[in-house]
Amino acid sequence: MTHMPQTVTRQTVNVGQNERLVSILAGTALIIRTLARPSRAALLTLAGGGYLLYRGLTGHCLIYEQMEISRAGKQGQAGIQVERTMTVNKPRPEVYQFWRNFENFPSFMQHLKSVQVLDERRSRWEAKAPFDRTVEWEAEIYEEVENERIAWRSLPGSQVENRGIVEFRDAPGGRGTEVHVSLKYNPPGGSASAAIAYLFGEAPAQQVRDDLRRFKQVIETGVVATVTGQTSGRVEQVEREREEIRERRRIDVVQEASEESFPASDAPAWVSGPTL
Amino acid sequence: MRAVCWRGKYDVQVENVPDPMLLTSRDAIIKVTSTAICGSDLHLYDGFIPAMMPGDILGHEFMGEVVMVGDEVQNLRPGDRVVVPFAIACGNCYFCQKGLWSLCDNSNPNAAVAEGLYGYSGAGLFGYSHIYGGYAGGQAEYVRVPFADTGPIKVPEGLRDEQVLFLSDILPTGYMAAENGNIQPGDIVAVWGCGPVGQFAIQSAYLLGAERVIAIDHVPERLRMAQEYGRAEVIDFRGVDVVEALREMTGGRGPDVCIDAVGLEAEGHHLDTLYERARHALLLTTDLAHVLREAIQACRKGGTVSIPGVYGGLVDKLPFGAAFGKGLTFRMGQTHVHRYMRPLLERIERGELDPSFVVTHVMSLDDAPYAYEMFKNYQDECIKVVLKPSS
Repeated sequence: MTHMPQTVTRQTVNVGQNERLVSILAGTALIIRTLARPSRAALLTLAGGGYLLYRGLTGHCLIYEQMEISRAGKQGQAGIQVERTMTVNKPRPEVYQFWRNFENFPSFMQHLKSVQVLDERRSRWEAKAPFDRTVEWEAEIYEEVENERIAWRSLPGSQVENRGIVEFRDAPGGRGTEVHVSLKYNPPGGSASAAIAYLFGEAPAQQVRDDLRRFKQVIETGVVATVTGQTSGRVEQVEREREEIRERRRIDVVQEASEESFPASDAPAWVSGPTL
Repeated sequence: MRAVCWRGKYDVQVENVPDPMLLTSRDAIIKVTSTAICGSDLHLYDGFIPAMMPGDILGHEFMGEVVMVGDEVQNLRPGDRVVVPFAIACGNCYFCQKGLWSLCDNSNPNAAVAEGLYGYSGAGLFGYSHIYGGYAGGQAEYVRVPFADTGPIKVPEGLRDEQVLFLSDILPTGYMAAENGNIQPGDIVAVWGCGPVGQFAIQSAYLLGAERVIAIDHVPERLRMAQEYGRAEVIDFRGVDVVEALREMTGGRGPDVCIDAVGLEAEGHHLDTLYERARHALLLTTDLAHVLREAIQACRKGGTVSIPGVYGGLVDKLPFGAAFGKGLTFRMGQTHVHRYMRPLLERIERGELDPSFVVTHVMSLDDAPYAYEMFKNYQDECIKVVLKPSS
């Protein structure tokens, strides 16, 4: 089996046309102003002006690159693209089967609330979005090669346009399976809201990396490594985290019981779960 | 329950905190019978290790009785007496299966943080900052042990806590340090640092066939312990050119194996240490590497430098040209405790080793703040403190 082709990063245009113009004008203005009336912060404003000029002229913003967003519209690639490779210490068919059952995803993708498999190709997804919103969409698998590759995309008209490709290769020397994931999506609200979400600590690219790490943990060890709910001298935090765990367990118990009764219309009369 | 909580630099408090609970099906809860303060806990106490939060529970050397097990833990039952390794390992990943337990892929919930710093994350550790997972430590009445089906080993009745407690960390650390030296017959081994890890490294070096062991420190009672219990020759480094002294003592060749059991808080008033402390005050460097430099200078050509001493960040001005020119081998890292617990327990059972000789103080958990201060400042000839939560 040959190597995965190397992905070479090149300087991409990730700033929109209008924004580039504004950047050039603002940068030039800042530089001229600083030279005309030098102040104590001259070095800073010169550097700032210089940077604005740079990103306007080249169309490449280093900050956007770090945040992995693009506002370049038609020229560049809008939305968010994340690629990551991870090696899993399990045989390729086992890893493939685990990934192929999309209903496994919520066990390691923290931003997903549920995935429901509708048929051989279609599934319905429900995810948490920034600021406590929920989004839903349907997706279809449009290409699959057993034990090698799965490609899926959201159906037209979805709230969140997204597509993903995951590829499975044998790792050398009995190390298991190399899993290469490539995800692309336009978050709800476009890339402006991705920028805001990033600032508030919900960076999608980081989420995907963490999801992959949890995937490896679940499939290798059976559990996700956690300290949420553990004890410490921060008693309020401990109580808060444990209350969330209790709440989640209550929901799981109710869901299980609802699924048992048919039709699943009313929740069971009792709602208390296992005590902590 | 009561637990030793980090509250800031030079500030630990014994506080009332919630009891631990099972968080995964592979967890267990241990009631702690004995727990020790480690030299590397002092790096936390001194504020050298970043990513600590006020309220974090300390302690990574502990043992006790199993009180609760998760559904997947088949090998332990409530009532079992166990010693727990300080590094948390899953047993399923590539590294665990290769015996590289302290490099476990799966046990650090904050792996992203460690990856940001180091490129890749190793195992989570008990009580050693949020870089290593932020796990609550064992200087407490109870502790939650993840992957309990993989880490803790059962110890027999008939051995006192003080005889087996150090299987959790410092005994395997000293042993692995010596093993990493690849000691050959006729070899002379130099050990910097006569704290408990150094003491165990000295004894392990002889067990592994060293001809002579030379120990270096400045604290009189520790040098005495190295002579008495370790049968080592000693160098008090105050006012002595250590590299020259080692050359003289080894027929002009230099020691074959150099063990740095000191790590990132090297002491002394050497020029490079003063320079580093000044930089540290300016937040420019983190680690004080005087011992590492000496080890590189002193080691014979083609020799091995073995580093159990903890380093955390960047080291400045390392004589790497000397290391290259002399063709040195470096071996280092966090101890793969799981690998050594059983063989070393067997040696203890056979009477070949009695690690309890390092214990100088046995105190109540509530005395922890005083114990930390005493340990840090070498007061009362303190070498190793064991804390008992229930006295």
